[in-house]
Amino acid sequence: MIRKIRHSHLAAMLFVPLAVVAQAPAQQAQPWKQIPIPPLRSFHPEPPKRIVLKNGLVILLEEDHELPFINGFIEMRGGSRDEPAAKTGLVSLYSDAWRTSGTAKENGDQLDDLLEAKAAKVETGGDVDSTSVSWSCLTKDEDQVFGIAVDLLEHPVFRQEKLMLAKQQAAAGIVRRNDDAGEIAAREAAKLVYGPNSPYTRQAELSTIKAVTLDDLKQWHDKTIVPNNMIIGIAGDFDAAAMEKTLRDAFEGLPRGNNWPKPAGEFPGPKPGVYFVDKSDVNQSNVYIVGMGTLRNNPDYFALSVMNEIFGGGFGSRLFQDVRTKQGLAYAVGGGYGASYDHPGMFHVVAATKSASTVKATQAMLSQIGELKTKPFTEDELKRAKDQVLNSFIFNYDSKDKVLAEAARLEFYGYPTDFLDKYHDSVEHVTVADLERVAKKYIDPSKLAVLVVGNQQEFGTPLTELGLGAPHPVDITIPGAPQQGPEGNQGEQ
Amino acid sequence: MRFSFAVCSIALLCGFALAAQAQDLSSFEKRVTTKVLPNGLTLIVCERPEAPVFSYFTIVDAGDANDPGGQSGIAHMFEHLAFKGTKDIGTTDYAAEKVALDKVEEAYAAYDTEYRKRVGRDEQKLKTLHAAFEQAQGEAQKFVIPNQFTEIAESNGATGLNAQTSLDDTQYYWSMPSNRLQLWAYMESDRIANPVPREFYKERDVVMEERRMRTDSNPIGKMVEQFLAAAYVAHPYHRPGVGWMSELSQITATEAAAFHQKYYVPANMVIAVAGDVKAEETMPVLEKYFGAIPAGPKPEEMSTIEPPQVAEKSVVLKAATQPLYIEGYHKPDYRDPDDAVYDAIQDIFSNGRTSRLYRSLVRDQQVAAEAEGFSGFPDVKYPGLFAFFAAPNPGHTPEEMRTAIHKEIDKLKTTDVTDDELAMFKTRARADLLRGLGDNQGLAEQLAIYQLRYGDWRELFNQLKKIDAVTKADIRRVANKTFVETNRTYAMVEFQPPAGPPAQQQSQGGAQ
Repeated sequence: MIRKIRHSHLAAMLFVPLAVVAQAPAQQAQPWKQIPIPPLRSFHPEPPKRIVLKNGLVILLEEDHELPFINGFIEMRGGSRDEPAAKTGLVSLYSDAWRTSGTAKENGDQLDDLLEAKAAKVETGGDVDSTSVSWSCLTKDEDQVFGIAVDLLEHPVFRQEKLMLAKQQAAAGIVRRNDDAGEIAAREAAKLVYGPNSPYTRQAELSTIKAVTLDDLKQWHDKTIVPNNMIIGIAGDFDAAAMEKTLRDAFEGLPRGNNWPKPAGEFPGPKPGVYFVDKSDVNQSNVYIVGMGTLRNNPDYFALSVMNEIFGGGFGSRLFQDVRTKQGLAYAVGGGYGASYDHPGMFHVVAATKSASTVKATQAMLSQIGELKTKPFTEDELKRAKDQVLNSFIFNYDSKDKVLAEAARLEFYGYPTDFLDKYHDSVEHVTVADLERVAKKYIDPSKLAVLVVGNQQEFGTPLTELGLGAPHPVDITIPGAPQQGPEGNQGEQ
Repeated sequence: MRFSFAVCSIALLCGFALAAQAQDLSSFEKRVTTKVLPNGLTLIVCERPEAPVFSYFTIVDAGDANDPGGQSGIAHMFEHLAFKGTKDIGTTDYAAEKVALDKVEEAYAAYDTEYRKRVGRDEQKLKTLHAAFEQAQGEAQKFVIPNQFTEIAESNGATGLNAQTSLDDTQYYWSMPSNRLQLWAYMESDRIANPVPREFYKERDVVMEERRMRTDSNPIGKMVEQFLAAAYVAHPYHRPGVGWMSELSQITATEAAAFHQKYYVPANMVIAVAGDVKAEETMPVLEKYFGAIPAGPKPEEMSTIEPPQVAEKSVVLKAATQPLYIEGYHKPDYRDPDDAVYDAIQDIFSNGRTSRLYRSLVRDQQVAAEAEGFSGFPDVKYPGLFAFFAAPNPGHTPEEMRTAIHKEIDKLKTTDVTDDELAMFKTRARADLLRGLGDNQGLAEQLAIYQLRYGDWRELFNQLKKIDAVTKADIRRVANKTFVETNRTYAMVEFQPPAGPPAQQQSQGGAQ
């Protein structure tokens, strides 16, 4: 049997594309322009069947009979941004220990044996704004596997030894978090934007995971397993009417609870300047330039999306063309004005470059950001950005799984169900004037922070050459981490 | 999982159908059409009309194991070149550009000759030659339309556009709306037949950044490079795919062109298309474009066979990072009759929370955050390694990983696996194959790889027979044959505080 172990050397960091390209003069043949492109056959996948139970539970069902599998998820509102700061890591520990602990009927190890023997999965997860139970199985095993998922939802038994195991693994992650320069840079860049103590960026520490108790997990569970805060999505080889009945039988009895509060918070953005982490064992710098982004319900989101394509989207983007193709300064380069569903995303430009070209690459990135406001967008750039978005648009819904996932996302964040159609139409109508307007309104180089994680001794040109003041060292010390050695187990006593 | 072993993202695939009649070999016989063109190229078309899109996968039977001596990394370097356009795409005037590119090569050769002089190198002359080389590049650059090849693809809706080079082979792929099939066939055949070494030396800088990112600045990357260099003495699996920095930094466009000439011949490639395509309409289009690629002799197979290992080998790295451990044992290549037995061992040792390494090292002893064993590392065409990787928990050492792994290996040698473990392996192998059939890109990839490696895509489905035939006795026999001390190489990273001024990543220490 062949499994490819991918020692992969990707041709590019894939973000998304668009080009700044000179028009070819007439003497060079352009055979591709003669190739006919017939109209694409019309394709409108059925949206999922949407059912709302009296207790507020939303169900989305998408039949797909190509393969004999059923895949489902139950998403609950509430995630790590809602956990107490002193117990940061709670949701992560909860979502680990939930599944590994199991139910009153079968403990987690027994569930593992039972499910794996059927090549089936039931897993629990935790994210910044949600937790979940998901399952995947052959059609013939659906009754039993779905039964386990429901049992896990309604009758979990959180076990001390599994919480300890989850803490052990979390501790291993914490003490290793400074081993990879790229990981340090991504984490610290987000902290510069949202603040070190923000619910979106604060780090689990050895002390905060130690503070989490079995009771905390139970309380979190009771607080979040509330039907009016839950969405169920199922895709696969089933009959929707029969599945609806099964779900009604399983969940109609759940009592309604309090609605989960909408996210709040202050988002002032970074304190401008240069920030720096010295890492003596690397020969490449990770550079981030970051600022505050926006929300997807911003009416300018569509124009910003097109601007992103032109700026940092892919092989043809301004950033890629300049920093990688023209200057050869980086393999990985990209960025854009980020947008999240219910809180501001992050503006970021990122590249990894050899230590000696740290300042040069950073200057190139800053200059590309500045040019968003000074280098006029062209009709040519606009057309290519639109072509890319619109011609690949079908890949947003070319499988039933994608159709279901998109519908669930919009449901979860309270967006209109036709958001994708609106996105398509709005992108079609974006003009060069729109691009100029949003670039002027949202891009402000004076509000950005620059973060460099690299080997200072090899820089050559000092970071002060950036003209953004003295670099601020960032302390990435891991509080309470042991010096590595066989001193004993630090995870949890 | 807080972190993962990035080197080992294993795509699990094998066996075949449990249920749905529409998904067994006989149904695929009806949906899959193959054709070998007169120039030797093998084409595969798989009809899957779920949505009006298609994916393709081109596989060239040449990877970095085929890099000539002194040119490690050239197969990968060529892969990057394949995005730089053709005689038609990416240039304002190819005839004039060709003249300019030839001058770049001449100027670089003059510089390179001086640069490599062991005695009597003239630094002033070197500077002048480098300036001439830069100037020649500037002249050639005037004809370049940068990234036009990818821009045409992406403007036409290509997604997932990318390529990879492994030690065994090179792979190109993307997905597109199905009304762009002809455009794709034109572009793909053109870049295979007519690549142009455009912006070569700047792209070489980009690839050097890729090496810094994946290997030099990554603790696992560094360890794995040393591990493989120690494990292999003769076979090119001892070289990093991306190349040694000294060789990578001196590769020339002329060398890349020679690599292309030798290995990118139609007889050395398979191209598969899967999606909303009809074979009777698609095959003539593919024939028109791909049939025009000139034939060439299929490259000779490699003569080097790794000699039997005679003693245990080791590498101990000291670094200011958390400890890691890896060990490996030489095993035969993928054609070996016991290949499915190694797959069984991998599954039983590593697949999920029921696996032995998870239960022993992670759950029960709690010495490791992560532990797994995997077959066919660093690649599969030639005899690879069966390797074990573990990341110790805080306070535990690589030596403890070694001891714990050996204990599990000894158990495998002396005691039969259980009926449940063996049955679980076989069931999961079937289901994993089936799950992979609902995705155009995955389908195209698997059909192309199996066609290339076995000469018949049907082997993708027939593997299940070999998997079903695996017995408990096979597992013990293969474990006893393979997992012996003299066949073992291990590498570990031990923590050592950084020298010089105290670095910030160090902890304040001491919460014992």
